[in-house]
Amino acid sequence: MLISIKSEKQRGRYAALAIAAVVIVVGIPLWWKTTETYRAWLPFSEISELDSLQLQLSVDIEVVFSRGTLTPEQQKKFPLSHVNEKEHQVDAKTGLRYKYETRYRTATIMEEDALNQPTAAEADLSLHMLSESSCGSVVVYVIPETAALLPEDVKVYVGQRRTALLRSPPFKSSWSLKEVLSNLDVEVEQVVSTMSFSHQDIVAALSDRVRMAKVTKESMADSMRAIKSSPGYEITFSLLNPDPRSHSLHWDIEGAVQSCIQPLLNKLAPIANFSVDSQILYYAVLGVNPRFDNSVSAYTLSADSLSHVINPVEARLGSNAASSNPVLNFLLYVPDSHHSPLFIRDHSKREVPSNAFHSPRWGGIMVYNVNEMYGPEAERPVDININMAKVMGVFLAQLRLMLGVQHTHPPTGFVLQSPGSAGLADWELDRLLWSRSVENIATASTTITSLAQLLDQIGNIVINDNIAQQVSSAVTSLQSAVAELEAGNLAFALQYSREAILASERAFFDPSLLHLLYFPDDQKFAIYIPLFLPMCVPIVLSLLKIVSEAKKRRADKQAKSD
Amino acid sequence: MAAHRCGLSVVCILIFSSLAHPSSCDTLEKANDNTATKRRISEVNTDGSVAGEDMNERQWQSTDVEVNRSDGTKNGETFAPAKDQFQEELVIRPLHSGDIYASFQFRTLWDTDFLQEGQKKVSHYRLFPKSLGQVLSKFSVQELHISFTQGFWRTMQWGQPFIPSPPGAELWVWFHDTVSDVDGNWKELTNVLSGIFCASLNFIDMTNTVQPSASFKPLGLGNATDHRFLRYATLPREIVCTENLTPWKKLLPCGSKAGLAVLMKSEKLFHSSFHSQAVHIRPICQDEQCTSKAWELRQTLNVVFDHYTSGQGKKEWSLFKMFSRTLTEACPLASSSKVYVDITDNPEGELFELSPATPLLSQAVVLGDRRTYSVYDLTRAETFGQLRSFNLLLRWKGDSGDMLRPLLHAERYVAGFGLQTGEIHTVIYNNHPYRAFPVLLMDSVPWYLQLYIHTLTVTSKSRDNKPSYIHYQPAKDRHRPHLLEMLIQLPPHSMTEVTVQFERALLKWTEYTPDPNHGFYVGSSVVSALVPSMVAMSTNFTQDQPLFSSFVPVKEESSYFVRVYTEPLLVNLPTPDFSMPYNVICLTCTVVAVGYGSFYNLLTRTFQVDEPSPPLAKRLANFIRRIRGVPLLA
Repeated sequence: MLISIKSEKQRGRYAALAIAAVVIVVGIPLWWKTTETYRAWLPFSEISELDSLQLQLSVDIEVVFSRGTLTPEQQKKFPLSHVNEKEHQVDAKTGLRYKYETRYRTATIMEEDALNQPTAAEADLSLHMLSESSCGSVVVYVIPETAALLPEDVKVYVGQRRTALLRSPPFKSSWSLKEVLSNLDVEVEQVVSTMSFSHQDIVAALSDRVRMAKVTKESMADSMRAIKSSPGYEITFSLLNPDPRSHSLHWDIEGAVQSCIQPLLNKLAPIANFSVDSQILYYAVLGVNPRFDNSVSAYTLSADSLSHVINPVEARLGSNAASSNPVLNFLLYVPDSHHSPLFIRDHSKREVPSNAFHSPRWGGIMVYNVNEMYGPEAERPVDININMAKVMGVFLAQLRLMLGVQHTHPPTGFVLQSPGSAGLADWELDRLLWSRSVENIATASTTITSLAQLLDQIGNIVINDNIAQQVSSAVTSLQSAVAELEAGNLAFALQYSREAILASERAFFDPSLLHLLYFPDDQKFAIYIPLFLPMCVPIVLSLLKIVSEAKKRRADKQAKSD
Repeated sequence: MAAHRCGLSVVCILIFSSLAHPSSCDTLEKANDNTATKRRISEVNTDGSVAGEDMNERQWQSTDVEVNRSDGTKNGETFAPAKDQFQEELVIRPLHSGDIYASFQFRTLWDTDFLQEGQKKVSHYRLFPKSLGQVLSKFSVQELHISFTQGFWRTMQWGQPFIPSPPGAELWVWFHDTVSDVDGNWKELTNVLSGIFCASLNFIDMTNTVQPSASFKPLGLGNATDHRFLRYATLPREIVCTENLTPWKKLLPCGSKAGLAVLMKSEKLFHSSFHSQAVHIRPICQDEQCTSKAWELRQTLNVVFDHYTSGQGKKEWSLFKMFSRTLTEACPLASSSKVYVDITDNPEGELFELSPATPLLSQAVVLGDRRTYSVYDLTRAETFGQLRSFNLLLRWKGDSGDMLRPLLHAERYVAGFGLQTGEIHTVIYNNHPYRAFPVLLMDSVPWYLQLYIHTLTVTSKSRDNKPSYIHYQPAKDRHRPHLLEMLIQLPPHSMTEVTVQFERALLKWTEYTPDPNHGFYVGSSVVSALVPSMVAMSTNFTQDQPLFSSFVPVKEESSYFVRVYTEPLLVNLPTPDFSMPYNVICLTCTVVAVGYGSFYNLLTRTFQVDEPSPPLAKRLANFIRRIRGVPLLA
C-alpha cells in the first residue's frame, strides 16, 4: 500500500518535471521564434569604428622658385620634397590630421616666360595654360623680391585657378637651403590655408558632430549661413509687386540667369544639382510697415524688424511641388508707390548701399525702388524695366554666401583675383569641396551611428534587408570617402561622401522602420496573461514543491546517517 | 546647430516624419531640416559681405558701382508683349427654386508649351502659377481636371451647371504619350496635388482608379484616344472646406486681393447648399488657324446660395448679401473682367429689377439654350459709379414661372435588404419630347461590392434595351475596381433603368474605415451625352466668347455636350465587432488554461485509496454512544 502511494507520488513528480521540460525545451523557443521581429544583420562593429572619426586631409603643395630667388648652390639640391603633418584632437571622438606634402622645384623655362608677363592676371592665365593642376592641389610660385609683377605692398597674389604668386621674403645668400625653406614656410602655410582650407573651416564643417562651444563665432556664422549639404538645390527668383495698379514690371530673368547665375552653377555642378526658376507674385506685401523718415524723406526698414518681413511673403512663395530639395529664395521687392523710396538700415542706423539683406539658409531680399523712374503725372500702370545687372550682382553675392563659397579673410598683403565671369575661382571651388566633403562625412557618420544606436536600443523595430543594404553601402561609401581624403583625391572623396549621405538618410527615414516602433508592453501583457498565468503557476508551484521535498529528503537522509 | 540625433530625439523625429500626413500642406518640405527655422537676419552690403565683417569688401564692389551708374537709363524701351493673359468673370443666374447660382471663372492663357521636346524647360512664370507649371512639366501631364465639391447639384431644380462635378473630389488626367510609367506618375502626381490643394487626394490608389475607354475624352488639343494614358478617380467622401479654398485662391495672379476673387469669403461660400471649385488645365489653340499651342488654366468656382429658404422667403439678393463684400476694382492684371447676370426670363423687366442697370447686353448659346445676360464690365470706371463700389442688387416683382425640365437627368440608388446582396439602380431620364439620343453611362464600383454582371438589365419603357457598346472590366480584390461603360440609346420621353446585383464582400479588419458603421461610399455614375439642342450652337472659336460658354468645344450645331453626375451611394458592409480579436484571444486562452489545468492536475496529482468515511447515521450513533460511554460501533 505504502509502496504504491510512493510510486504514485514519484510518477506525479516525473509528470510535473516532464511538463516543465516540454514547456522549457519546446514551448519557450517556439514562442520566441514566432514572436521574433525580423532584424537583418548590420555592420555594428564598423559603425562603432566610424563613431570615433579620425580624418586625414592631404594637400599637395608645389613650391616653384623662379629665377633670381635662390643662389645656384641652393638650387643644386632640388628637387626636394617635404611632408609636414599637424594633428588636432577636436573632441573625444573626432580627430583631424592635416598632411601637407610639399615639393620644391625650380621653374621651367616656359614658366619663367609666363612669369615675365606684364600683369599678375596674365601671368596667372599663361601659367594655367602650361599645366593643369589637379583638384585640391596648390601651386605657389616664388618670385623675386624686386619683381614688378606685383604692386609694392602686395605680398601674395591668388589667381583665378589654383596658383598663387608669392613675393619671396629677403633671403641672405649665405643661408642654407633649409633655412630658406623654413623662412618661407610661414608664408606658404598662409597661402595654403587661404586657398584650400583652414582649421576653422574644417571644424565648422564638423559642426554636426562637435559641440558648438568649441567653434569660434565667426566661422559658425559662416557655416550657419551656408545651406546644408544636399544632393540638389532649387533656386527660385521671385519678383514681388505689391502694387500692380501703378507698376507694370518687366524683368528679363531668363537672360539674366543665363548670363549671371548659370556660369556659377555650371562650375558647382560636381557639388550638387541646381535648378533655377522664377515667378512674379502680385499683391505680395512685407510683414512690416516701413516707417517714414523725415530726415531723408524716405521710408526705412530697420534691421531689427527685418526678421518679421519674410513671414507673410513666405506663405505665397510655395514650396517646389516637383522635388524635395531645399529651396533658396531670392526676392526682388518693388515697393508700392505710396511707400517708396524704401531703404534698409543696418544696426548702426546707416543705409545699406545695396538695399538688400539675406537670411541664412533661406535666401535674400533686395528692395528695388522705382519711384524715380516716372513722374507723378505718368499714366498708371507705369511700364518699368528692371535693371537686371544690378539685381543679379546682389543676388549672385547672396547666392555665393548661401552656397558656402565663404569669403576668406585674407591676411594683410594678400590680393585675391575676382573670379570674373565664371563666378567662382578654382581654388574657391576646392575650398568648398574640402569643407563639403568633411561636412558630408560628419553628417553621414552621425546619421549612421545614431541609427545604429536607435536600432540597438529599441528591439521592436523591424530591420528589413533593404535597410541593412543601405546602411552597409553608406558605411562602405563613408570608408572610401575617408580613404580618398587621406589619399588627397578630393573629387572622389566628395563623390563618395555624397553617396554616403544619400544612403544614410534613406536608411534613417525609411518608413518601414516605424511599423513596430511602438508596441506597448501593457498590451502584450494583456494578451499573454490569460494564457501564461494559469499555465505557469501550477508548473512553478509543483517545481517548488519538488525542490522542497528533495531538500527535505536530503536533510532526512543526513539525519539518518548521523 | 548640430542635430544631435540620439536616443529619444531620434524617435521623435522618426515619429513626426511619419506622422506628417501626406495631405498636410508641408509634406514637400524635408522633415529633417529643422535647422532652417533658426533664421538669422543680417544684411548684405553692396559687396555681398555681412555687416560687421569689414575685412572682405573687395570682391564685389567694383562691378556693383559700375552697375549703379548705368541705372535708370534703360527706361522708355519697348516692352515685349506679354505671352500670357488673364481673364475673370462671374455669372449669376437666379434659379427658379429661388436659389442663386453664382459661377466664377478665371482663365490664364499662356503661349508656351510645357511638353515640347528638345526645348528648354519652362521655368520662368508670370501669371501662370509656378507650382502647377512644375507639376505639369515634371509629370508630363497633357490635360488635368480636378474638382472639389461639397453638396449635390440638383439637376431637376437647378438645371444644368456650366461645368458639372460630382460630390467629393474628382481627378482625371491625360498623360502625354511619351510617359512610360503612367501608374507611377499618377501615384506621385496625386500625392503632389494633395499637397498643393491640402486635400486627401493621396488616398487615390489603384483600388479607386479606372481608365474609362470612352467617357472622358480630352477637352483640349491632341486627339489622344489611347486610354492607357488616362486615369480617372473620385473620392466621394472628400469634404471640401476653407483649407482647400485658400490654396486654390493662391493660384490666382491677384490672389484674393483684387478683382472678383475679393468676393470669395469662405464663411459665406461654405454657407451654401452647393459649393464646387475646380482647376482645369489643357492645351488649346493660340488662334483660329491653330498653328501653335497655348496652355489654358481655368479655375472655376460654383456656388448655390439658398437665400430663399434661409432668408424668410425673400428672393432678393445683392452681392453684399451673398458675399458680404462689394466689388471695387477689377484685377489690374486681367485683360477682361466681367459680371454677367442671366435675365433671359425677364426680357421686359416685369419679373425682377436689377440695379444698377446696365445698357450692355450679351447673348450666348449655353447648354442648348439661347440666354440673355446683362453685362457689367469691371474694367470701366463707370461701372463702379460715384461710390467707387459695385453692389449688384436684384429685386423681384412677380413670381417666376416654371422651369423647363432638363432634357437629361439621372439618379441612382441601392435596393435590397440585408447585408449580403443588393442591387444598384441607375435611372436615366430623357425628357426630350420626340428625339432619342445615345448616352454613355460610366460606373466605377469598388471591389468590395462584387457585381454580378450577368444580372445587368437595361429597360426602357418596360422593354429590354440592349446597349450597343459595353466595356466591362471586372474588379480584382484589393487591386482594382469594377469599370462598367455602356452606350445606351434613350427613347424620347422615357425613363431607362439600369440594374445590376452585387454581393458585399467581407473586408479584413484593417481595411475598415475608422467609422465603419457609417457605410462605404461608391462614387457617382457619369452620364455623358450629346443632347439635341433647341437652338443652333455656335461652333466657331473666338476669343471674345464669355468663358462660361466656351469650356466644352462644340463640334456640331445641332447638339451640345452634357455630363450628368448621379448621387454617390452609401452602402453598408457587414461590420464585425472590432473588439472581437481580443475577446477571442481571452476566451481561447481561458479555455486552454482550464483544460490544461485539469490535465495537469490529473497528471501530477497523487492518487491513493481513501478510507470511506462512515455514513451519517453511524457517526451520529457513535457520537451518542461516546457521550453515553458505550463502546463505539465498528
